[in-house]
Amino acid sequence: MNTDMQSENFEITFCPYGKLAVLINWPKEISVHTLNDVMDYKEAIQNHFKSYCELVPSYHSLLAIFPEPIDFEKYALTLQNLYQKRRHTKSERMLWHIPVCYDADFGIDLEEVAAVNKISVKKIIKLHTEAIYTVYAIGFLPGFMYLGGLPDELHFPRKTEPRQKVSRGAVGIAGAQTGVYPQESPGGWNLIGNSPIRFFDSTSENPCFVSVGDRVRFFEISKSMHELVSIQVSSGVFELAKEVWHG
Amino acid sequence: MVEVIKSGFFTTIQDLGRFGFRDKGVPVSGAMDSFSALWANELLGNNPNDAVLEITMSGPELLFPEHTEIVLSGAPIDIFSTNNSLPMHRVVEINSGQKLSFGHVQKGFRTYLAVKGGWQTEVVLGSRSLFQPITPKSQLTKGSVLNYFSFDKTLDFHANLKMKNDFLFDKTIEVFPGPEFDLLTEEDRSRLVEFTFHIDSLNNRMAYQLQEKLSKNAHSITTSATLPGTIQLTPSGKLIVLMRDAQTTGGYPRILQLSERAICVLAQKKTNDAIRFVLV
Repeated sequence: MNTDMQSENFEITFCPYGKLAVLINWPKEISVHTLNDVMDYKEAIQNHFKSYCELVPSYHSLLAIFPEPIDFEKYALTLQNLYQKRRHTKSERMLWHIPVCYDADFGIDLEEVAAVNKISVKKIIKLHTEAIYTVYAIGFLPGFMYLGGLPDELHFPRKTEPRQKVSRGAVGIAGAQTGVYPQESPGGWNLIGNSPIRFFDSTSENPCFVSVGDRVRFFEISKSMHELVSIQVSSGVFELAKEVWHG
Repeated sequence: MVEVIKSGFFTTIQDLGRFGFRDKGVPVSGAMDSFSALWANELLGNNPNDAVLEITMSGPELLFPEHTEIVLSGAPIDIFSTNNSLPMHRVVEINSGQKLSFGHVQKGFRTYLAVKGGWQTEVVLGSRSLFQPITPKSQLTKGSVLNYFSFDKTLDFHANLKMKNDFLFDKTIEVFPGPEFDLLTEEDRSRLVEFTFHIDSLNNRMAYQLQEKLSKNAHSITTSATLPGTIQLTPSGKLIVLMRDAQTTGGYPRILQLSERAICVLAQKKTNDAIRFVLV
């Protein structure tokens, strides 16, 4: 059944976006099924144009950006033809296991979320680490993941007053989303923990290990483990656990 | 290497941008007015992507220990120099030990200073463009040093190319309909082309906000890719023009898209300057 689902053609549309880009839209549905199709198509376009085309996938859209003005009609046609080739160019998706310390020193909003949602802190941590999240987009900040798949019991409104300073690695929830701040920044998410992992490192050739379409799962670590992993990360010896994700 | 004695209001190093990392959330960056940056490099026989100094509003004071050649382009600016006069859009010889001190721009907002061979600053993820946190700093500070190649006194023949850049200081901003243009009411569509808009004090390399608003609305879109030059419409009716350092995705409707030329025109505008949109 899975194979049938994946060979389905979505009703995608092509829209000019300035003179340099073509925006490809899928029907407006947030689902893994749609995202998988976006990523397979991205792979097919990338294989064809190589570095001549920069591609930005996000939920149910894909932006193809070219370095010089293009003839929209001509490019839309080429892109349309590539859509049929996407099945042979499936992108490889990974599942990343991310350590998070849910200590109250980091999880400064844990108590509030627990009180309002009427669940224990222990239950919050259990639910947050059980779920497997999908990376629907990367944006806002370099390496910031838009993660879908937060359990209903953990949905919690964004803070009315954003904090001036949220530290790097802070793990937060806002609405139906969860995520990790890749760098220190202002932010309005409710903070429940901190990850010692660096989600963006501009000194590395591959500055951001995670890609749109990947999966993320969090696991709990103690405060002393957080300290140890932080040291291992800064000295470049930490090995992140990962596996190939089928689905 | 050049020593920065004073940094000026906001002086940065930019090439044409950092490409290939937008799917990881990395802004493109690059010279705000790419037209002027390209022109300065062209006159020196440099590569189009060579790094230039982008001077905003008021300029730095620089000491050149080695002989070289430079070109100034973009916004005309007051210059105080130890020996010669420095015309815009001409290759100018700089002697070893010469000090250049820049004052205020006379019109426009951004001046470009290209050096022969390009500024030899650090390349991070394929670009010399400064943007924090990709690079440690976003702008030059007092004491910054900038490497460049020294060149002998024998000047090459330089083509005397005439350049028309008046359009940069005009108020006409060429725009295309954006992906969510259709969400606009008839009334807002006419306002866009009939109003004169003014630049808000919130303007920088990331975005230019405009003072005049369109109607309040309840539109929002699922997070999707944006481009430099995209005009976003917020629920309050505020218009935000994304510029070179803007984030790569957004959740506001993308109602208009500036042409590359129009981004350069806007880059030469400052707070309270007037602009008119022309839909093409």
